[in-house]
Amino acid sequence: MSIKLEHLNYVYSQGTAYEKKALNDICLTIPHGEFIGVIGHTGSGKSTLIQHLNGLIRATSGELYYNGENIYREGYPMRELRNEVGLVFQYPEHQLFEIDVLTDVCFGPKNQGLSPEECKERALSALRLVGLKEKYYESSPFELSGGQKRRAAIAGVLAMRPKVLVLDEPTAGLDPKGRDDILDQIAFLHRETDMTVILVSHSMEDIARYADRLIVMNRGTVMYYDEPKKVFEHYQELEKVGLAAPQVTYIMHDLAKNGIAVRTDVTTVSEAADEIMRALS
Amino acid sequence: MIRDITIGQYYPAKSVIHRLDPRVKLVSTLLYLISLFLFKSISGYLIATLFMAAVIRASRVPLSFIVRGLKPVIMLLMITVLFNLFLTRSGEVLFHAWIFTITEGGLVTAVYMAARLVYLIIGSSLMTFTTTPNELTDGIEALLHPLNKVRVPVHEVAMMMSIALRFIPILLEETDKIMKAQIARGADLESGNMIQRAKSMIPILVPLFVSAFRRANDLAMAMEARCYRGGEGRTKMKPLHYRGRDYTAYLVMGAYVITVVVIGRYMPLHVWIF
Repeated sequence: MSIKLEHLNYVYSQGTAYEKKALNDICLTIPHGEFIGVIGHTGSGKSTLIQHLNGLIRATSGELYYNGENIYREGYPMRELRNEVGLVFQYPEHQLFEIDVLTDVCFGPKNQGLSPEECKERALSALRLVGLKEKYYESSPFELSGGQKRRAAIAGVLAMRPKVLVLDEPTAGLDPKGRDDILDQIAFLHRETDMTVILVSHSMEDIARYADRLIVMNRGTVMYYDEPKKVFEHYQELEKVGLAAPQVTYIMHDLAKNGIAVRTDVTTVSEAADEIMRALS
Repeated sequence: MIRDITIGQYYPAKSVIHRLDPRVKLVSTLLYLISLFLFKSISGYLIATLFMAAVIRASRVPLSFIVRGLKPVIMLLMITVLFNLFLTRSGEVLFHAWIFTITEGGLVTAVYMAARLVYLIIGSSLMTFTTTPNELTDGIEALLHPLNKVRVPVHEVAMMMSIALRFIPILLEETDKIMKAQIARGADLESGNMIQRAKSMIPILVPLFVSAFRRANDLAMAMEARCYRGGEGRTKMKPLHYRGRDYTAYLVMGAYVITVVVIGRYMPLHVWIF
């Protein structure tokens, strides 16, 4: 289930005054089953990039292979691709429209041509996966709170049982607790199923905690594509493009500079705590 | 996908036409549109075409961009042409087969109608291409100001218009996003008959309406928070002032209208049946 991008370019509004190059010669291979973080400044091309993954945007030039098959070839079954690559947009709650949560979550499976029983079964399991309480299943999606709406909307994509789950800033506009809940849930999903997860985020902290590998986007190009540790070693370069490594990276580098022999490649707070304890003892 | 609609859009460029006072552009556009109905001869169309070509040239809006704006009205255009072509019965019969008859009069009317419609659209979109929505409403407000005396709430109407215009691109973008999100969930928007297609719009329209209402609510709140109380006693940050070029533009426009009417009416050109 790998996804491979070869020399992908995308230009917005080609041939008009608003022409803008959004992606510039992207080459990437995303192996199956990994948790990939995508990070970059606003306007760096993150959202444009992920919309290519399920064929919503067609590249201006370059090729995209899903499972070794070129999705731009004549007659490629785009609908099947969209069944396999589930895309959750930023503010997914804005796409809720049905009379109750359960029916809304059924929308995806129904479009896949499943029987009503199967739809319902999938919807229920998706709703359980995102941790939405059962009492909300019958209520109107517009009555839910922000975090609950977000869960319902993510369930709407999960119910399609995608093999690749792409989330565009799933925590935007949520409070810290809602954010941690949703991210933990996604990490849990990734562990429990063999889904590939691609998570777009603004927050280095969030991404460092969960991702196996990071894609750092800058002005439409891939700046780094590596394990978080290795990426954060370039913390000075990251700063130059308006990003920052997690705070622990700075602490560890400062500690090391001031003569405490700690490793500087830790990425999370708990790792950092262990490492400092080790160095001090 | 939805961004292809260029009609009513602003095209940023630096040109004389862009810099003109919006009132000049509004009045001139209106005059141009009226002038199209004041003649019925090729010589008139020739002058109208030349004039429009000159204005397009001066506006620095690429022709391809303007032509693209005609796309959404092509159906309307076709229907008009076909109806005029087959239903007008006057003059000699040019073509007859089964129930279809084309007469000289029909062909002439159809061609003139098509030309007029295209010019109407290009003429008015040229105004929106070169005038920002804010300038446009300022212009309308200034031009309609006298109506205040007869208790027409000109400012409120202008404000509503500018809000509506301002929201068009926002809602278009929103529609685009919602469409993509529903397509990602497997929504099928293209296939099926009319009823199925109308039904498949529900997943897009419901979220769009919800979001439009939410935005309207937020905007009203934000306006109230900044003490907006309607037009009375309200001053402008950038009041409209006529400059030299605006008077020149009025003169050019006046000259054009006189020429096109005089030549179009009294110096007709005859080519074949036209």
